[in-house]
Amino acid sequence: MLAFIVRRLLLAILTIWVISVLSFAIIQLPPGDFVTAYIAQLSASGASVSAAEAVALRELYGLGQPFYVQYAKWMARVIVGDFGVSMEWNRPVTEVIGDRLWLTILISFAALMVTWGLALPIGIYSAVRQYSAGDYLFTLIGFIGLAVPNFLLALVVMYLSFRFLGANVGGLFSPEFEVADWSWAKAWDLAKHLPLPAVILALGGTAQLIRIMRANLLDELRRPYVVTARAKGLAELRVILKYPVRAALNPFASTVAYLFPYLVSGSVIISIVLSLPTVGPLLVRSLISQDMFLAGTIVLLLGVLTVVGTLISDLVLMWVDPRIRYQLD
Amino acid sequence: MRARLFTRLPVTEAAADAEERFAVASQLQLTWWRFRRHRLACFSGVVVVLFYLLAGFADFFATMDPHDTEARRTYAPPQAIRFLDDDNSFRPHVTVLRARRDPRTFRMVHDQASKVDLGLFVEGYPYELFGLFQSNIHLLGLKNAQPGETLHLLGTDRLGRDLWSRLVVATQVSLTIGLVSVGISLFLGVLLGGVSAIYGGVVDTVVQRLIEIIRSMPTIPLWMGLAAALPNTWSVTRIYFAITVIIALLAWTDLARVVRGKFLSLREEDFIAAAELAGAGQMRVIFRHMLPSFLSHIIAATSLALPAMIISETSLSFLGLGLRPPAISWGILLQDAQNIEALALAPWLLAAAVPVITIILAFNFLGDGLRDAADPYG
Repeated sequence: MLAFIVRRLLLAILTIWVISVLSFAIIQLPPGDFVTAYIAQLSASGASVSAAEAVALRELYGLGQPFYVQYAKWMARVIVGDFGVSMEWNRPVTEVIGDRLWLTILISFAALMVTWGLALPIGIYSAVRQYSAGDYLFTLIGFIGLAVPNFLLALVVMYLSFRFLGANVGGLFSPEFEVADWSWAKAWDLAKHLPLPAVILALGGTAQLIRIMRANLLDELRRPYVVTARAKGLAELRVILKYPVRAALNPFASTVAYLFPYLVSGSVIISIVLSLPTVGPLLVRSLISQDMFLAGTIVLLLGVLTVVGTLISDLVLMWVDPRIRYQLD
Repeated sequence: MRARLFTRLPVTEAAADAEERFAVASQLQLTWWRFRRHRLACFSGVVVVLFYLLAGFADFFATMDPHDTEARRTYAPPQAIRFLDDDNSFRPHVTVLRARRDPRTFRMVHDQASKVDLGLFVEGYPYELFGLFQSNIHLLGLKNAQPGETLHLLGTDRLGRDLWSRLVVATQVSLTIGLVSVGISLFLGVLLGGVSAIYGGVVDTVVQRLIEIIRSMPTIPLWMGLAAALPNTWSVTRIYFAITVIIALLAWTDLARVVRGKFLSLREEDFIAAAELAGAGQMRVIFRHMLPSFLSHIIAATSLALPAMIISETSLSFLGLGLRPPAISWGILLQDAQNIEALALAPWLLAAAVPVITIILAFNFLGDGLRDAADPYG
């Protein structure tokens, strides 16, 4: 088991490294170098940059040197928490991102919880009552969940609530809390706004998980041990919940690794539609205005947090599910 | 499995014939027979074919020039086709509202309704079919239209462009971009999946880790970053191909897994061992013996991968980071619907959602049907 943990850790580190190279490539991709752009930006806003300062900046970022030297210099600064300066905001990137990163992760995590919370009971119901009206209904909803891209769903929900409720359902906070400091009242306000984006985000993944859960449970229900349990006179609910459901839970463990990146990805795009204060809208804006340090940092941090989140959930599930543990030994 | 199927049949002459046919049928034929029994999948297949026909003859089905802007008919609502005249005689027509500016408020008002007849195969804006034939014939249009009388089956957008025509032309881009991306991912997937399975060892480990790494990254932010770096000066076609490559680069992993799995399971089969013992070379074994038996699996995996590609392009263009105007795709059309106020004013802007959802569902059902059919003995 220790070997497995080490292997997972190494893979996570490798993934983070690949993401960091890609993020740096994104910073580098636009034509021209960013120091020239930065100086132009500063001159435009009235501040003057001396030739000596320009040379110092060039030296700092290793411009003119090969890609790997620039990458190494960038990484060395990133590791100590210096992500550079956002050109558009003229402030350190970390300040601009602020709480947004955590809100992104919070929404993705909430969506993960919703996915599990919905997929488990619905999957069980659909398998136990196979071909019932409810099963067909959930299958239908599941197909809609698969087919409607979540940004489209967000758009439709926005439109319907605007049209019929006259309310804008976007955002994560009520206006009075938007710029307020964190307090219990603000957290409660967030909790009230969280379910809608979480459900919208979760629908696609839920549909997939319900289908897997249903298929797995159907296989388990036909096993002889279920008949034995019934023959021994166990109550139906107990028969189902205690044995086949637990055996069919495997996808919950194995799909989380792919579900979480998918949710983080989706949160970026639905945040733009629902104007949620996550990194999504910031990323799009920074990319369009070519504020590359901000964009690169967001891609990097999102990637790293996704990998870490997946790693933690993998380890937790391994700890919870004895079958995974025994398979490894 | 096969033996059971035979014993179930009563021994009559017809059954013997069927048995004979079954025994000598090729893999593709067996797949086709099984596929035909899936009604939903067949229906979806028809839908997909119709969509591609629509895309192929997009200009023929369009009613107005999709790029033609007109300030006087911004956000014009959809026109309903009426088949009966006031005296209940058959006369397909639409009621055209001519816009004029109110002399006091300077706002546009739509009034002066007049009936204009609809016709089939009427002349309209000129276009090239498949880049080869010049034509100006359109399936549907107004007969003897006066200047200012226009046909808008789905209304118009912010710049007064006809939404139906734009939607039809967008089909062309959105459906082919998926095909090209899937083509590239298929190439990468088959190559890397195949290499990984055949050579095994270090190569296999490297490819498998690469797949795991790509799958554990959030793709949309990466796509966005890469797509945003495409220079503004590039032509529409170049951007189009760059986007397909960007999408394909992160999307080949599923196909690679399918291919590798199939290769590994087939390698254990007796007929492969027989071919090898008979002295067939590696290439011959792969292309003559292995490929035909998992071709249908690849086709199924491809049709399941297509909707994801279409969603990716739509999402990127929707964010303004994919294709850029004057290109027209579903994502670009939906971009106009991003503004909630505009959407409340002109709900028909959401029309592009209908083909997106329809084609994704159709590809999913088709893929499911194909996947089931791909195992004729299963």
